[in-house]
Amino acid sequence: MNMSLLRGPAASRVLRAMVGTALVALSASAQSASPADVAFMKGMIHHHAQAIEMVVLIADRTTSASLRTLGERIDISQRDEIEMMQQWLRARREEAPDPLPHLGMDMGDHDMPMMAGMLTKAQMAALKDARGPAFDRLFLSGMIQHHEGALTMVRELFATTGGGQETAIFRFASDIDADQRAEIARMRTMLRALNPP
Amino acid sequence: MPPAVLRHAARAAACMLAVLSIAASAGAQGASTSDPRAALAAGWKDAAIAISNLKLVSTAWRPAGMSDPRNAGNFEFMNSDLAFAGPYVFQGNFNGVQVWDASDVANLKLKTLLPCPGGQGDVSVLGNLMFMSVEETRGRVDCGSGGVRDSVSAERFRGIRIFDITDIERPKVITQVQTCRGSHTHTLIEDPKDKGVVYVYVQGTSIVRSPRELADCSGRAPEMDANTSLFRIEIIRVPLARPAEARVINAPRIFSDSAGRIAGLWRGGKQGEGTQETAETDQCHDITAYPELGLAAGACSGNGIILDISDPANPRRIAETFDPNFAYWHSANFSNDASKVLFTDEWGGGMAPRCRASDKMTWGANAIFTLQGRSMRAAGYYKLPVAQTRTENCVAHNGAIIPVPGRDIMVQGWYQGGISVFDFTDPAKPFEIAYFDRGPVSADTLHLGGSWSAYWHNGRIWNSEISRGLDVLELTPSEQLSANEIAAAALVRFEVNNPQTQRRNVWPAHPAVARAYVDQLERGRGLGAARIAAVRAAIDAAELRSGAARQSAYAALAASLKDDAGSAGDSARVRALADVVGQLAAR
Repeated sequence: MNMSLLRGPAASRVLRAMVGTALVALSASAQSASPADVAFMKGMIHHHAQAIEMVVLIADRTTSASLRTLGERIDISQRDEIEMMQQWLRARREEAPDPLPHLGMDMGDHDMPMMAGMLTKAQMAALKDARGPAFDRLFLSGMIQHHEGALTMVRELFATTGGGQETAIFRFASDIDADQRAEIARMRTMLRALNPP
Repeated sequence: MPPAVLRHAARAAACMLAVLSIAASAGAQGASTSDPRAALAAGWKDAAIAISNLKLVSTAWRPAGMSDPRNAGNFEFMNSDLAFAGPYVFQGNFNGVQVWDASDVANLKLKTLLPCPGGQGDVSVLGNLMFMSVEETRGRVDCGSGGVRDSVSAERFRGIRIFDITDIERPKVITQVQTCRGSHTHTLIEDPKDKGVVYVYVQGTSIVRSPRELADCSGRAPEMDANTSLFRIEIIRVPLARPAEARVINAPRIFSDSAGRIAGLWRGGKQGEGTQETAETDQCHDITAYPELGLAAGACSGNGIILDISDPANPRRIAETFDPNFAYWHSANFSNDASKVLFTDEWGGGMAPRCRASDKMTWGANAIFTLQGRSMRAAGYYKLPVAQTRTENCVAHNGAIIPVPGRDIMVQGWYQGGISVFDFTDPAKPFEIAYFDRGPVSADTLHLGGSWSAYWHNGRIWNSEISRGLDVLELTPSEQLSANEIAAAALVRFEVNNPQTQRRNVWPAHPAVARAYVDQLERGRGLGAARIAAVRAAIDAAELRSGAARQSAYAALAASLKDDAGSAGDSARVRALADVVGQLAAR
């Protein structure tokens, strides 16, 4: 059995189904969640939400089919994982952030927390203004930075006292690590193709 | 429902339609929904059962300590893999190991309950040693529960635990070999040149730990760190006379390409439009060794590979294959003659319902390849032919060859899809022979459960059920499998059986083997009906005699069968029968 399989669009739907069921049931009977795990899940929801905000920009800014395909994959997998993380938090009677309905809005004093690797306001503005190959380059380099942040968050989870001890979190974090690292490698290849030496 | 979710739902529906139309246009036959297995009543210990051409001999339910009575699907108490030694069946669990005394197969007795959390708890046995896989960060060197709070700790254990089981009821830790990624599964390989040594191939699949906890561990990408702990397996050398000296002696880069790049195989993603999203090849999930042939088949996330293990300390990759229908290469089995290799695809990680009527029959299935030297050719797929519900986690999982002479038959666990016995002698046309299935653990919630692994061992099928326990089953004769074929399979016996270490099946000189071949010739019309009847009568007559009279009767039959072979419809099988009859003459 391997959760690092729960990757890709179809796979993430699985994750949602699974976490909506077995893992939630687990919490009803078993331990209370560790603060490190709760902080990881809450932070990762905001982190994933920014990836979706970036993908939304693809529609009228690129002509690259492979970038569209990449975007679709990221969009579906991150949405599904957000829903799964929200369910995990609610089942543990924790507040579950819900940033998706507010994407792209100016939140004034209620800005998203900046998790590792997240693009700054200036970076997001530059991405919005770019078109064509310039957009493709900014998107790929931005998403690589963003995904590397997820790897940092996973590393920090396991570097925190009491973090990642629950089987479900251990497996989910292992999954994010494998999934995003492979996606970074693919995006680097795409970026190299855009920037011939 | 926010608009974003609606949009997503619409896209998911569109994807589903696309998948369905591809399946329809390819003429793929979907999973049956009219089969008795498709709609069984749910329950944990009282689920309805559908069974065909098998008999359920007994079930040993999960004992207290290996089960959460409040939650059948609790991850932290799942049963995992099996090993066999003497009268004992070793059953792993995410919370430890259970040893069952199977002297009375109708009534298994719990011999040993060893709490030792850390998942997956896969076990192997050799002599007085027991090996156990530990992968999670909650694993402790003292086998205690409660996990390890500190992020870097000398109390944490991830790797291979080695126990002395001289006193089977009180396993004692001899040594524990720590590895960077822990051990998801492992494979024992004896040294062909040194009977005093065994090697353990360690397959780690999860997060790499900190170098402050274990020196030189690195979870960085290969482009950033050439010494990354990813893209490798570890090999532990165990001197059997001094097992306490077991240690990692190699971490071979078995995914390297000709340019020496360690990430030399599939880098993850889709091959094209409509294909599966395939994992990156940075790990092996499982390796099945066939030491008598010096080969191993690695199911390595994004690829299936063949290793030359004639020097087990230094495996070399000699072939690799890819399948655009595979999400995750999970496990492998050789046919007895290694002319075929079967790989499983654990699409959805084993936690998802992947046998619904809407799921493609080539996704989450077995892919069967022919193997000749370094050449692997795709030949066909086998997937559980019946639809399962959305609350049943179901996909291809662990199985083993059933040693029926002259045929390639396998028994396999499909999680909550139950177990399926199938023939893949013709790799392009595999078909089901027998099955056993319980209804879902729950009708409205997916609780993890079902067959982790189903193996043939010494005449019976042993089913490690994740949330129920250990089932013992026997094959019963049917149109596609005769009583003689079942009896011949039961003649192959092993004192020790670690299913990831595949042994060559060799049949003793016994009339059941000859009769099995005759039954096959009749079923396949490989020999004329009158001749079939005459051969059967000749075997019966020889068995009624003894001594020299029996020998000469068999010798005469062997000679006449050799004459038949040239003109028979299935001359290879007639020759195999003639060989067996010749052995009976020489008894």
